[in-house]
Amino acid sequence: MQIAVEERKWALGVLARADAEALSALWEAWPSKPGYTWLRKPESGLVMVRGRMGGEGVPFNLGEMTVTRCALRLKDGTQGHACVQGRSAAKAEVSALVDALHQRSEDHEAVRREILLPLERSLEASRATAAAETAASRVEFFTMARGDNE
Amino acid sequence: MTPDPVLEAGFADPVLDGQNAFRCVLEAMARPGSLQALTGLPPAPAPLSPVAAAVALTLVDHDTPLWLDPALAASRPLRAWLAFHTGAPIVESQAEAGFALIAEPPSMPALDSFSLGSEAYPDRSTTLILQVRTFGDEGPLLSGPGLAEPLRFDAAPLPETFWAQFRGNRALFPRGVDVILAGPEALAALPRSLEVEAD
Repeated sequence: MQIAVEERKWALGVLARADAEALSALWEAWPSKPGYTWLRKPESGLVMVRGRMGGEGVPFNLGEMTVTRCALRLKDGTQGHACVQGRSAAKAEVSALVDALHQRSEDHEAVRREILLPLERSLEASRATAAAETAASRVEFFTMARGDNE
Repeated sequence: MTPDPVLEAGFADPVLDGQNAFRCVLEAMARPGSLQALTGLPPAPAPLSPVAAAVALTLVDHDTPLWLDPALAASRPLRAWLAFHTGAPIVESQAEAGFALIAEPPSMPALDSFSLGSEAYPDRSTTLILQVRTFGDEGPLLSGPGLAEPLRFDAAPLPETFWAQFRGNRALFPRGVDVILAGPEALAALPRSLEVEAD
């Protein structure tokens, strides 16, 4: 089965940002864990994150972040890849398994419903919490109009 | 759309197996014609042999243009495997290659058609990795740096004019190619400094 590029992009993005504990809890609840062989065991490294002011302009280096990547193959030949935030090999392993299952037609819907959507919701919730906390300490800067003649 | 080829794994332990293979290649280059047994071989996609695959994983990376002989270039699983594990760009012209992987030496291009380096940068020449089936001790007499005593050495299959070509390669020193011979379980090396006795 060939899943849409956008769908897989979204899934890998959710897995990359997901909280390691939330992911492992969801994976614990997954009924049938498949067997697999490693194509590349988990390895941690740094990637340079680049940005562009306002999404345009000249790219600049924002900073390096730690990522862990791995690749594996299920018994039926489906390949799962992961490149996730942080140094957790377990998170990378589970992410690659989820990616592989997500590409199989028989597991696609269940993976989406049981793992990816709950993860995305918890990511959005923690982002909203952080935004609310930051908003409380917001300072508005403005310039008073000055009288010119006095 | 054809399905993606099934990928094989690389080294079981990329760091230790890679270091071990690198040590073997160093020893082989330092003692031309000596056989270095290699363990911890990766599962290589045919027609690449496990020893040649180990050498490729050890030496080749995204900075080293790689040339494949037609037998290897025809294999999609092999190209996918090399791309995944090494990231090396595959080049069409052997004169641009940093490394060349050759599964069928009898039909390989002449040694001097590969990159020979320049007088200023002799290190920019191609390193050839040839898959051979057997090593022998009845070939031409080898001597030169790394050999206290001259040594008779042979490997098969090689092109008929291989040793004559290698003498021509020696005449270019410090330019010229280096050759790694990957057998079924061991490897040997023929560095460009090697003197080959004329028949």
